[in-house]
Order: sequence, then structure tokens, then C-alpha cells
Amino acid sequence: MREVAIVGIGQTPVGEHWDTSLRMLAAEAVRAALQDAGVKTADALYVGCGFSAPFSSQLHLGALVADFAGLRGIEAYSVEAADASGGAALRTGFLAVASGAVETALVLGVEKATDTVGSARIQARNTSLDADFEAAHGATQSALAALLMRRYMHEYGLELSAFEGFSINAHANGSRNPNAMFRNLIKPGSFARAPMVADPINLFDGAPDADGAAAVVLTTVERAADMVPQPVRLTASAVATDSLTLHDRPDLLILRAAQQSAARAYAQAGIEPNAVSLFELHDEYTILAALSLEAAGFAERGQGWKLAQDGAIGLQGSIPISTFGGLKARGNPIGATGIYQAVEACLQLRGQAGDNQVSGARTALIQNLGGLGATAITHILQA
Amino acid sequence: MSELRKQVEIQAEQFAFAGTGEVYSFTTVLQAPENFEEQAPYTLALIKLDEGPMITAQLTDLDGPVAIGDRVEMVTRKLTTEGPRGMIVYGYKFRKILPRSS
Repeated sequence: MREVAIVGIGQTPVGEHWDTSLRMLAAEAVRAALQDAGVKTADALYVGCGFSAPFSSQLHLGALVADFAGLRGIEAYSVEAADASGGAALRTGFLAVASGAVETALVLGVEKATDTVGSARIQARNTSLDADFEAAHGATQSALAALLMRRYMHEYGLELSAFEGFSINAHANGSRNPNAMFRNLIKPGSFARAPMVADPINLFDGAPDADGAAAVVLTTVERAADMVPQPVRLTASAVATDSLTLHDRPDLLILRAAQQSAARAYAQAGIEPNAVSLFELHDEYTILAALSLEAAGFAERGQGWKLAQDGAIGLQGSIPISTFGGLKARGNPIGATGIYQAVEACLQLRGQAGDNQVSGARTALIQNLGGLGATAITHILQA
Repeated sequence: MSELRKQVEIQAEQFAFAGTGEVYSFTTVLQAPENFEEQAPYTLALIKLDEGPMITAQLTDLDGPVAIGDRVEMVTRKLTTEGPRGMIVYGYKFRKILPRSS
């Protein structure tokens, strides 16, 4: 296997892009990444998108985006793993370059969620649940997250306010990110009073569905050195799966796939959790942030929530998370999220994160979850 | 039945559950998907069946608060109607087992 590096990054602002089509968002991110890498094209384009069929009545994104971005003719197709589609596309690009099959790969994450609203959007997102055993009973992603969170609170004797630190941190970081959907701060105390979505999940807990596109250019470490001044090495890429349904897991309060993919990633990169400078985790709900911290080895079982209490997850903390706002404040452009995580990690490792910079960042862990951890895709990026 | 189908069926062995269990976790769904809006708010739960496995189902016939550990039993109910002229879908829900009045 050849060593792989990221040599170009691009992103659109995350938000409600009612005046911009899916292909426009995609092409904008692709052009930005190519320009950043100083190249005109790539050998292949892998598109991560979770829900373009129900949201945009559009599949076949590989050919669509390649053509619209001026790359007609190149290898291009999409990769789907629900919310983890971006991470899955990054994995595909990594494999393509590492194997020697392609020299330069473009990896795009794109989603156009906000043209669909209300119950129709929930219905669209429900296509990633178990249709027969969850969605047929009126389950939603938020409701399932709520089942997980209530059980966690029950077993560890916690109040809702135990989780507010995650949202406060995400919004504090998002407020300094020009590409973030939400740039307002959440005041301590207001979290627990927010309107409920599916109790105990409320509006200040769940991440907002959003539109956005982000892209990276991958090539070999060897070629990267001649292309750009600051290539970022992709030193681990690992995917694991768990049962699609929550109810089939022997222990609900362990994200087994997240744990497994993180362990595989640490082994590939040859590092321990204490070498990680920042962790872009899948904070679609605060409970996922807590469980992801536990799964990746930053907290013992049942202790993940505590890291949000004492500033450990802040930019100056021992394990900074959601450094550009995470899914909660940057916004959740669902299938694109995994690539936003990669772009943000690159900005940190290049020292280009501006007001969001984690000082001395050398190693970034990024983890993209599909559903409530049925798919977990972990990458490690190093300066 | 084809040989391969039989192998799949053998893995998924038929088993009749008593239909009783307890609430492992629950939530009140306020933002519902299509075909469930008119039911909202409704209570969705993880039910730990007495035989061990867990399933996801709605709680029904509720006239008071729910708590983790509440004993429940399965009942057959309408789950939804697929659109205004669509098929009615029946399935399982759970209700609290009330203490016997003597």
C-alpha cells in the first residue's frame, strides 16, 4: 500500500442554500479543492452523498458532478453509507490511491437537505433506518437518539444539563467559523429549557440538517511533496459496522463500530489516543459526542459527558472537539459531513484555522457515523 | 423453497414470544415522519422482552406517565395508513400491564 496525502481542500458555507442547486454546490467545492491543490483535474471523483434520492430526486451523482465541474470523462461514482457517506467516499479515495489504481483522486461530500421540510424531510431521512423494524413503528433518527440518551441518563444518574457543555462548545467554535450555519452562542442554562423534539433530545441538542459541499484532493505522499507546501498525511482509514437497529445491540451504551474503527485506525497510524491533538467527532446529538469520546478511548464507559464539564473539549483543552462548530453549529450537511471533518482537520494541521486554531496541532482524528453508529468511519490525519 | 432460502430461514429460527416485557427506554415523538403526523405526540420505546431480545415499538393506551422498568404486554394495533387512500398497516404495540383489581 502506498502512503496517501491530502493536497487540496475546498468547502462551501453550510446552511440553507435555497438559491443554489446540488450540482452547483458540488462543483464549487470541487473547483475550490482542485485550485487549492494547484491542479486542473484528477484521475477519479468519488462522491459521498446520503440522501440525494429522497431530497433532490437525483442519483447518478458521479457523472452529473464530473460533467458539471468540467471533468467529463474521468472515473466517477457515488458511495453511500447514510450520514457516513462522506467518510465512506474518503475511504474509497484512500483505497484507490493507496492501491496504485489512481494517482490523484477527488473526494466530494455533498447534500442538499433543506429543500425538503417538515415531516417530508424526516421521512426522507428515515430511509436510513430499518424500514421494517424501526421506521414502520414511527421511529425517527432523533427518537432513536432519545432512546439512547434516556437510557444513558438512567444508568449513570444524569440530568439533561450534564450534556449542555457539548452544545455550548460547538456554538462557541461555530461562532468563529465563517462557514458555519449557526454563529450564535448558547448560554449556560438555556440548553435544558429548549423546546423538545423527542425528549430528552431538544432543539439545542440535535444538529440542524443543512446544505453544503466539501472536497479534498488525494495523492501519494511522494507526489504530494512536489505539489504543495503543506501536504497532510492520511495515516489511517478504517470502517466498522454494528447492527442497523439499536435494539439488536447487546450493549446499547457502547458504540461498538466506533470503538472498532477507532482501534483499527490507531493501529494503522501506530499511535495511542494521547497523541491526538483534536477530534472531529459526529456530534449529531450530544449523546453521540459523549459515546464517541468513550469509544475512541478518551473517557471510560459512562464518563464521556464529564469531558464537557471542565473545558477538556475546548480549543485549549486536553481533547478539543468540534473545532469549527461540529455538526451542531457548523451544521449537518448529512452525507457531506465526513468531508467537512477532513477539510477542517486539514486547516488545523496546516495552521490555517484562524481563530479556531488548536495550537501545535499535529494529529487529527475524524470519525463519521452512519445512523446511530451502525457505520463508523475513522481517519487519522497528520501534519 | 430453494436450498439457499432454506439456509437463511434456518438462521432465522421461528420462535413464539410471550409478548411481555419491560420498558428499557422511551421517548415522546413530537416531530413525526409522513403518515405519523396525526398520531404525534406518541410514545416510542425499546421493549426488553422477557425472553431476552429487545424490540422497538410504540406504547399505546397510556393514561399516565411512563417509566423505565414498567411492565408491558403486546397488543395488535393500527400502525399507520399509507397516505389518505392507502393501505392500513397493522402491527404490534405495547401497553402497560395494569395491576389486577380483585
